[in-house]
Amino acid sequence: MGKKSIVPFGPQHPVLPEPIHLDLVLEDEIVTNVIPSIGFIHRGLESLTEKKDYFEMVYVAERTCGICSFGHGMGYCEAVEEVMDVEIPDRAKYLRTIWMELSRLHSHLLWLGLLADGFGFESLFYQSWRIRERILDLIELTTGGRVIFSVNKVGGVLKDITPDMLKHILTELDQVEADVRVIEHTFLFDYSVQSRLKGVGVLSRKQVHMLGAVGPFARASGINIDMRSLGYEAYGDLDFEPIVSSDGDSYARCEVRIHEIYQSIDIIRQAISKIPEGELSVSVKGNVKGEHFVRIEQPRGEAIYYVKGTGKLYLDRLRIRTPTFANLPALVEMLKGCNYADVPILILTIDPCISCTER
Amino acid sequence: MRPNREYKIEEIDLGDLLLNVLDRKNRGERISQICAAYVDGKYELSYSFIQDGLHRFTTLRVICDLDTEVPSITEIYPMAVFYENEMKELYGVNVKYISLDYNNKLYRIEKETPFLPKEKK
Amino acid sequence: MYQLYGKIGESMGILTFTGQVLKNLVSKPVTTSYPEKPAVYPERSRGHIEIDIDECISCGLCTRGCPPRCLKVNKVEGTWTINRFDCIACGYCVQRCPKKCLHIVPGYQKPGPAKQETVYKKSPEVMAAEAAKRAEIAKKAAAAKKAREEALAKKKAEAAKKAAEEKQEIQ
Repeated sequence: MGKKSIVPFGPQHPVLPEPIHLDLVLEDEIVTNVIPSIGFIHRGLESLTEKKDYFEMVYVAERTCGICSFGHGMGYCEAVEEVMDVEIPDRAKYLRTIWMELSRLHSHLLWLGLLADGFGFESLFYQSWRIRERILDLIELTTGGRVIFSVNKVGGVLKDITPDMLKHILTELDQVEADVRVIEHTFLFDYSVQSRLKGVGVLSRKQVHMLGAVGPFARASGINIDMRSLGYEAYGDLDFEPIVSSDGDSYARCEVRIHEIYQSIDIIRQAISKIPEGELSVSVKGNVKGEHFVRIEQPRGEAIYYVKGTGKLYLDRLRIRTPTFANLPALVEMLKGCNYADVPILILTIDPCISCTER
Repeated sequence: MRPNREYKIEEIDLGDLLLNVLDRKNRGERISQICAAYVDGKYELSYSFIQDGLHRFTTLRVICDLDTEVPSITEIYPMAVFYENEMKELYGVNVKYISLDYNNKLYRIEKETPFLPKEKK
Repeated sequence: MYQLYGKIGESMGILTFTGQVLKNLVSKPVTTSYPEKPAVYPERSRGHIEIDIDECISCGLCTRGCPPRCLKVNKVEGTWTINRFDCIACGYCVQRCPKKCLHIVPGYQKPGPAKQETVYKKSPEVMAAEAAKRAEIAKKAAAAKKAREEALAKKKAEAAKKAAEEKQEIQ
């Protein structure tokens, strides 16, 4: 029985990019208990529904988070469209799918870089972000923004991707795939990287299920949940299988995300080959009456959008349940029994996004 | 195709809540979200459950008064801690017996129950 | 050569990154030397909002649809004011403008020591034309009012006359 001590960790920490605070109860070097506290950047976005009408709320919802901004806008639009019973044109569905997958690519590449930085592999970090830069350029070319896309509206999308741009996306993606193949080898087979990731932070399938984790984090422990298989937007027409690993350690989480990069590239190629011609949006009039839950798959996992309106221009309730919020209990469970030095890496492996979590 | 259409809302009494939640736990459902809303002077609490694989999405809807005591479900589903603390803090729902009660310090904000309309505080 | 090093490393599971490192050493940098070389923005880049102020009809739709509420319109003075430091470049005003006189163009807002507003004022000719138009409308309205009043008076007079005639007939 070693000496017990409590170490405060975060919200400012050199290896932690996110403002989360943890009180770590240590016995010698082993973490025995964790008390998380969040709430440093709560902005109350959900209550802005009182002041902004439901068209303006698209732009508010998009700014929930920097990395998954497109998904938030899309999920919100989809929820409002469901309530108002609006069917958006097919081309808009495909465009949304392409943009969603581009944002998943840039989110996963960002995460790979942060992971490399977390275990002290600086050059791998730069290499990952260098590849990500190509994706950001594609996003800027097609939407006009690098982080906030602002192409969604209730009833469709605002901008079209021209055939020239689609061709350009395909050639760039070939290059991205080749580049990822190079760094994939280092992430998955390098001796020193493996020694930091393998067998660290193991969560069994049952634990993850009981703690309600979602996204790549849950898929790495063998749970086959991918909301894309619900078939919203154009995903119903495209062919893909959720990527699942059964090891449940940090290495498996890295593996799942790397394979999802290839999967996303494949989905974009399929979508580009099948994209139909047609209108971009339908006009939406009237007020929101009714309620609806919508689930979509963000880069970090399942996100839920709940919209309730009682026949006014302003919504009564907007709720955004973000993936990190669901992953927090599993993070706490995972940290128990690990080494103090592994804490930053383990926090990174859930791909935390605290600004999503607190909204 | 409208896949997100398939969802159900079941309205239940507050007294049946714990029994219903236990029932869902035994069926192996995962809690996906809990939220509160304020409608016409009453709280609307939504407890959503997902049966993975079947993609079944069910929401239990409890409607209660502002001062009603709501029992916590953290003894059944430990991960509901954050949802219930959030509910308590933003809307002032009187949730009892949360296993880890943050006492309105989950979010570092000055206002109490910021999501309730002003005249109801 | 670097590929050979990489292959040897990969087969052993150590130094798997060496190939890429050597490649990076001999190749040109991927970064550009900003600000000597200016950054190139794509055509669709959402940098800032521009207005063709003389096209503007001061309807105020843009101000009501602006999420950060950074726009102001004054119809009498013919001005359109934007606080560029609050603007989030979402492009919603561009969508809503009925005259399509707002544009979102590349080029980001430069940082400054304090938030300030940029005021656009309509040119004197347009203001004069608008004033003339308003005056004309007012004149027309006045004329119409006068005509209406005259017609009303005439009607009244006629009614009175008729009533008087009817009275006479009865007598």
